Amino acid sequence: MLLKFKIFRYDPKKDEKPYYQTYDIQANPVDRILDCLNRIRWEQDTTLSFRRSCGHGVCGSDGMRINGTSALACQKLVKDFKENEEILIEPLQVFRVVKDLVVDQEPFFEKYNSVKPYLISNSPPPDKERLQSIEEHQIFDDAIRCILCACCTASCPITQAEETETYIGPAALVRAFRYLFDSRDEGAEERISLLDNKDGAWGCQTKWWCTKVCPKEIPVTRQIARIKKRIIESKKGKQ
Amino acid sequence: MNFQHDIVIVGAGLAGLRAAVECVEEVDVAVVSKVLPTRSHSGAAQGGIAASIGNEEEDCWEWHMFDTVKGSDYLADQDAVEIMVRDASRVIYELEHMGVPFSRNGAGKIAQRNFGGHTQDYGKRPVKRACHASDRTGRVVLDTLFDQCLRKNVKFYQEQYVLSLVCEEGKCMGVVTYDLSSGELNLIAARAVLLATGGCGKIYKTTSNGFASTGDGFGMAYQSGIPLQDMEFIQIHPTGLYPLGILVSEAARGEGGILRNKTGEQFMERYAPTVKDLAPRDIVSRSILTEVREGRGFDGDYVHLDLTHLGEERIMEKLWEITSFVRIYLGIDPVKDPIPVQPTIHYIMGGIPTDSEGRVLIDDKGTVAQGLYAAGECACVSVHGGNRLGCNSLLDLLVFGRRSGIAMKQYIPESGSSTISYESLKMVQAKIDGLLDHSGKEKIDDIRRRMQSLMMDHCSVFRNEEGLKKGLEETRSLKERYRDINIENKGTSYNYELMEAVELGHQLELAEVILLSALTRKESRGAHFRDDFPERDDTNYLKHTLVFRTPGEPDVRYKPVKITRFKPQPRKY
Repeated sequence: MLLKFKIFRYDPKKDEKPYYQTYDIQANPVDRILDCLNRIRWEQDTTLSFRRSCGHGVCGSDGMRINGTSALACQKLVKDFKENEEILIEPLQVFRVVKDLVVDQEPFFEKYNSVKPYLISNSPPPDKERLQSIEEHQIFDDAIRCILCACCTASCPITQAEETETYIGPAALVRAFRYLFDSRDEGAEERISLLDNKDGAWGCQTKWWCTKVCPKEIPVTRQIARIKKRIIESKKGKQ
Repeated sequence: MNFQHDIVIVGAGLAGLRAAVECVEEVDVAVVSKVLPTRSHSGAAQGGIAASIGNEEEDCWEWHMFDTVKGSDYLADQDAVEIMVRDASRVIYELEHMGVPFSRNGAGKIAQRNFGGHTQDYGKRPVKRACHASDRTGRVVLDTLFDQCLRKNVKFYQEQYVLSLVCEEGKCMGVVTYDLSSGELNLIAARAVLLATGGCGKIYKTTSNGFASTGDGFGMAYQSGIPLQDMEFIQIHPTGLYPLGILVSEAARGEGGILRNKTGEQFMERYAPTVKDLAPRDIVSRSILTEVREGRGFDGDYVHLDLTHLGEERIMEKLWEITSFVRIYLGIDPVKDPIPVQPTIHYIMGGIPTDSEGRVLIDDKGTVAQGLYAAGECACVSVHGGNRLGCNSLLDLLVFGRRSGIAMKQYIPESGSSTISYESLKMVQAKIDGLLDHSGKEKIDDIRRRMQSLMMDHCSVFRNEEGLKKGLEETRSLKERYRDINIENKGTSYNYELMEAVELGHQLELAEVILLSALTRKESRGAHFRDDFPERDDTNYLKHTLVFRTPGEPDVRYKPVKITRFKPQPRKY
């Protein structure tokens, strides 16, 4: 079937401003949108730049806006669009465009790093594994599906707004949740002090966009709410 | 730009990151990757990591060693296999201590499940040996190691594509990289270089591998005069999602899934009466295609993987990712309906020959290349021989990634001082300028498509002399056409066409090496099956293939296999 792609183009090294370019492509219904983009670049316009790696929603490389909504191009199928429909492809919001659909993810990883995304444990580990019950593991099992694609952070109205751009965003908070609620972690106090401010968990205004766009179906907003609850509980405990 | 470090690691998958974590506190280490962190293909590993920690059933490293050697069809070097399996428990506990979120059993210990070819008591019955985190084991280990790298401030050069090794005075002294964001070349000097660049599945049309798996490390080593070992041994995973080739983890069968032909028969009972659906991958892939050849496949040449008897709860807890793939890509719910699967190119057992410390070996006598190391899929230690068992690859990456790190740390003080010249940089710059300036008539995409199809047709599960010769001839004509490629994109920012042109150069060289290795091995062993030589021939071929690059046709030599505990026996399951 024939599809029409309208793709955001911008090379800051030579273009004064961004523009849109359209491409027609014959595609099979089972093709991914990523397959279409690959073919456009291979067959029609080799100057088009976008990231991709695994092609099946595990590496997190090909987050972009498809008809206005953040998604992975490898998870969207041609059959879900109509013949002759114009499909609008744009880079993720929030981040600086480096070239076409490629955005600067450095700030994303900086915010990610700010939550101490690693197990904090001061007691010496046992000879074998630390024990953890199935129920304890299940508390954060959804969160470990995160592939750092940045779709949530790019879709969040709070990270998008200039006055709140220092908010660390949902992806970093999902990783914070993953460690805060891991029964093996002993860093709760320092984690809570990192998260208990307007750029941390309190930056979230429960807009649900993160949950809506997450390609791995993580209940992001609920997890952020649980962090907030945990902060309040820890304060009560101290009083 | 010029940079200098003690150690440069090429590749940010599990082998590379594990080596980096090992070194960073004592020496100055940098990781170079052509993709962003956590995008490397180790993340796509699903099923688990094999270790005889015995959390579910009685197990020991001797059984694991036997299974690995038998799985390899006796081509693995048994001294290296012993090192790997004896280290496996330590690897698992170390990962757990780092924070890897393993799935748990009722006792709160790390959960283990069945996997193909892993057995109790030297082949008597399947054993639960695969430590796992649902079916996203590779991704969570990659995330955890990346987090450790952040914690320890490992320096990353991301989206830098390594174009060449710098070898001077008989030593490897660094790499030349192409910065995708600026289009500029960098010279990164180092006392030791680790190649941890992963596999090369993208030489083939239908593969579980990602776009980045183009075999760059093999290609650069080969161009630098390093031989490539056992490259005819390509693992074809039995259960690729039909028709895309996306991996459907062996964990599906480890949890109890059953392969069925179009009559509904559990056909693996006929091919492997003892372990059935838990036979090693080479055997299951051949069995599926035999069913298809004999008319018992579905239209379109696939079979069914049936999980419907497992129940929704277990499927969602242990097989969430593959369930999601099947729902997204085929609109099928594996809880209710069987999954259409067909074999897909998955892994290469062969690679850059190394010793068990990751040191690269430059000939058949075991001579070490100074300053050059390799680990992971691009290396051939050899622990997988003719066929790798599932869950032994992550183990390989973690065991030999760490050992390479230790070996490099020890090598740094004794490496001596030497000054890198700019000759290599100039040569690589000239090559890139040449590629960009040349206005040829061939399109990269045409040549690549042709290569991917011919490798699929002639060098997949079943091979024969006629097909391999035809494939080799055609690959050589594609190499000729490659000399006249045209790169339309002259831009300096994220010029993926230029990167893919260099990748294609490596891929064509590797296709030639794979075809030639397969043509020369006139027997069937592990994943290498010749219709015209269907039996294993230990008298003539119980040996490793080594292919050397020469100005003319590549030179094929051999070296012996190390056999310690287990003498070759017929391989039945």
